Amino acid sequence: MFAVDSLLDHIKLFSIPTLIVIIKVLVVFVVGLVGTMLMVWFERKVIAFMQNRIGPNKAGPKGLLQTLADGTKLFFKEDLIPDKSDRFVFKLAPYLAFVPAFLVWAIIPLGGDFSNGKNGDVKILGHVTKLQLADPPVGVLLLLALSSIAIYGIMLAGWSSGSKYPLLGSVRASAQMISYEAALGLSLATVILVTGTLSTNGIVTSQFTFSRWSVIATGVLPFAIFLIAATAELNRPPFDLVEAEQELVGGFNTEYSSIRFALFFLAEFMNTITMSGVIVTLFFGGPQPLRIAGNANVLQFLGPLSGTVWLLLKVLVFLYVYVWFRATLPRLRYDQLMNLGWKLMIPLALGWFMLLAFFRVGQDSGWNTWVIGVAGIAVMAVCASLLQLASKVSARNREREGAMF
Amino acid sequence: MMQLFVFIVAGAMVLGGAVGVVLRTHPVHAALSLVLTLFGIAVLFIAQDAQFLAAVEVIVYAGAIVVLFLFVIMLLGIDRAEDLHVEPFKIQRPVALVIGAGLVSLLGIAVIASRQHPVPTVTPSQAVTDALADPHDGNIRALARDVFSDHVLAFELTSVLLVIAVVATVILARKPRKGETYITSGSAQ
Repeated sequence: MFAVDSLLDHIKLFSIPTLIVIIKVLVVFVVGLVGTMLMVWFERKVIAFMQNRIGPNKAGPKGLLQTLADGTKLFFKEDLIPDKSDRFVFKLAPYLAFVPAFLVWAIIPLGGDFSNGKNGDVKILGHVTKLQLADPPVGVLLLLALSSIAIYGIMLAGWSSGSKYPLLGSVRASAQMISYEAALGLSLATVILVTGTLSTNGIVTSQFTFSRWSVIATGVLPFAIFLIAATAELNRPPFDLVEAEQELVGGFNTEYSSIRFALFFLAEFMNTITMSGVIVTLFFGGPQPLRIAGNANVLQFLGPLSGTVWLLLKVLVFLYVYVWFRATLPRLRYDQLMNLGWKLMIPLALGWFMLLAFFRVGQDSGWNTWVIGVAGIAVMAVCASLLQLASKVSARNREREGAMF
Repeated sequence: MMQLFVFIVAGAMVLGGAVGVVLRTHPVHAALSLVLTLFGIAVLFIAQDAQFLAAVEVIVYAGAIVVLFLFVIMLLGIDRAEDLHVEPFKIQRPVALVIGAGLVSLLGIAVIASRQHPVPTVTPSQAVTDALADPHDGNIRALARDVFSDHVLAFELTSVLLVIAVVATVILARKPRKGETYITSGSAQ
């Protein structure tokens, strides 16, 4: 009657498969928390470096324990709940922001043996398993579902504070996140089109050589769109209008203090790490090794850990890119944000997706590649100019009607 | 054992959420109860091996539609408890009572009748069994093939309907041009 039966009924408590799952959960949880702690340190150190400062350097070697000290301090601070707040929702919101950030970890392949087209199976205690908490058939859709749930945390936090600035911050946040989710989903669809599966493990398995990495196979543009949309989803600079300090005090978390504030902070940094992991998984082959100078896997000497180290190295690149964004790019204006999202990224992502689908159909039915290319680009150009015309006409109409924006 | 446990927990979520939507006087709390119901339904979908439906349920309903509900509630500033003593539409409550009672009795009769005349077990069609047997997203493939081949006309018509709704909303929300007047209750006075 129920499909979970077959999965759950013959699970014996304290058997080795159950133990492996429990170990995986613990490892993901602990590594997630420690990683977030290190990410905060990394971000502060790199930003300090870029701004010609020293950064945290007192607590622990090179200031490594600074985050721990800050966390402990936040724990012991007074926990304030504003009088006008909606108490239940106010207390609930930080968890709604925090939990989805953690859950995304479950579907990211964290290592394993992907060499020679293997599918990442490893043997632990005599049982074949994957270095991934869960590999549901809907993999990537789960990612979209969780990122849409994350909106609730921010939205409800701002509203339940019972104060103007947090409300403005959270309304901005939800508008921004909903707008960019479309571009995010459309650029993700190109990856699904190329790899032919929704499962994250399948996506990594199909990127077995450099030319099959989705970033190459989909033609770089979806990756650029995904990176920008993901930055907007994370509410990180230059898309941090949610907490624009100059305008909104602190944004949606203005009224939060103590550990609840720390949870928001943790969620934000955890999201940055998970999003980097997702980008690497989708576009850069996750734990797949990169062939350098004819050597299929230069980290071969690490044995079964080499996949994990590859993943870590790739993720670190993106973490650095995010910090780099923050240090160098000025914040967008609100109308620029919306124009970029709706008038550039969504049409571009949609057009590119259609183009790739057209190529795919052409390949399947054996059409001439050059004809397909020319026809596809011609259609794209016509669509782009029509869109341009439409937005010009509507801008002129607005001006004639005396609109003020 | 496990099936019963999952069913009871998810069922409690669905029912608790549904009761919450009706009983909560605060619109935001009611909307959050709706989210609880939607999550319960998603869990039930997963229990029936319909992972795609579960994911879409969360993405579309919990992630987009209820967020828009909340958006409207917050933007319009109606986020305070309603006074239930004022009844805008007089006959509404008795009619609702009659319809509710009718539905409950019909459901009850259906349950009792099915006990007396047990229905033969439903055998799933070949497509369904094939899809479930395929471990690698056969479920989603089968669904996609169905939607984009047999039911493509209905699918496209639905999207046309959505476009019409969007265009209509834009027209209604637009400010009238100079010299143009819309007859609204505001301008009539």
